[in-house]
Amino acid sequence: MSEFLDMGGYAAFVWPAYAVTFAVIALNVWWARRRLAAEEQRARQRLAARSESP
Amino acid sequence: MSFTWFHRLGSPPYVYALAARLTPWFAWPAGLLIAAALYGGLVLAPPDYQQGDGFRIIYVHAPSAWMSLMVYTTMALAAAVGLIWRIKVAHAVAASCAPIGASFTVAALVTGSLWGQPMWGTYWQWDPRLTSELVLLFLYLGYMGLRAGIEDLQRADRASAVLAVVGVVNVPIIHYSVTWWNSLHQAPSVMRLAKPTLATSMLVPLLLMLLGFTLFFAAVLLVRLRAEILARERASSWLREALPA
Repeated sequence: MSEFLDMGGYAAFVWPAYAVTFAVIALNVWWARRRLAAEEQRARQRLAARSESP
Repeated sequence: MSFTWFHRLGSPPYVYALAARLTPWFAWPAGLLIAAALYGGLVLAPPDYQQGDGFRIIYVHAPSAWMSLMVYTTMALAAAVGLIWRIKVAHAVAASCAPIGASFTVAALVTGSLWGQPMWGTYWQWDPRLTSELVLLFLYLGYMGLRAGIEDLQRADRASAVLAVVGVVNVPIIHYSVTWWNSLHQAPSVMRLAKPTLATSMLVPLLLMLLGFTLFFAAVLLVRLRAEILARERASSWLREALPA
C-alpha cells in the first residue's frame, strides 16, 4: 500500500494532479446544481409576482 | 425526411424537459467509466519504462485537455447556431459550456505543470502548446466576463457568441502547436490519424477516462442548460407546470 502511495517517487506530482482534477469535477457538479436551484427559485418568484398582480 | 426533431430542439419547454430526463443517463455511465478508468490507470497499467509511475498523470491531464478543447468547440458551434438562426436554446447551450470548459482548462494547465516539473524540469515554459492553452483559458474568462458585464440577456448572448466564434481559431492552433512549432510538449499519442502509440494496458484506461469525462460534460451541461433556459423565460405558462411550487 505504501508502495502504491509512493508512486515510484512521483507522489508529490501524481496525487496533487489527481486531487486538482477531481476537485474540478466535484466543483462542476456543485456549481451546476446550485445554479439550477437559484434559477428555479427566481423563476418561481417571478411566477408568484405575476399571479398576485394581474 | 422530417425535420420536426430539429424544430423541437429550438423549443425551450421541450428541451427543458428533455434535459431533465436525459441527465441521469449521462451522469451514471460517466461515474462508472471514470471509476473503472481510475482503477485501470492507477493500479492495472504498468509503470512507464522511462517515466515510471509519473506517467499516470496522463489519465487526468489528457482528458482535462480534451475537455478544454471539446467544450470550447461545442460552445462556439452552439454560439454560431444561436447567431445565425436566432435560437435562444442554442445561446443557452453556449452560455452553459463556458464555466465547465474554463474549469477543465485550469485542470489541464495545473496537471500539465505538475507533469512538467519532474519530466522537463520546469513547471512552466512559454512554449507554443502551453501558451496557446493559457490563451484558451483567457478566452473562456473573457467570454464569461463579457456576459457578466451585459445586463440584457439577449445582447449578452449575441455579443458573447461573436467572441466565442472568433476565438475558435485557437482550437486548431492548440492541437497542432506541437507539430507546427518546436515544443517541449510531446506530439499526440491518441488524437492522431494513425494508430495510438500507447500500449493497450495503458491506452484502455485513457480511452475510458476520455469517454467518462465527455459523458460527465454532457450531464453537467444538461443541468446548466435547464438553469439557462429558466433565466431566459419570463413568465411563460409552461413554467407553471414545469415548476410545481
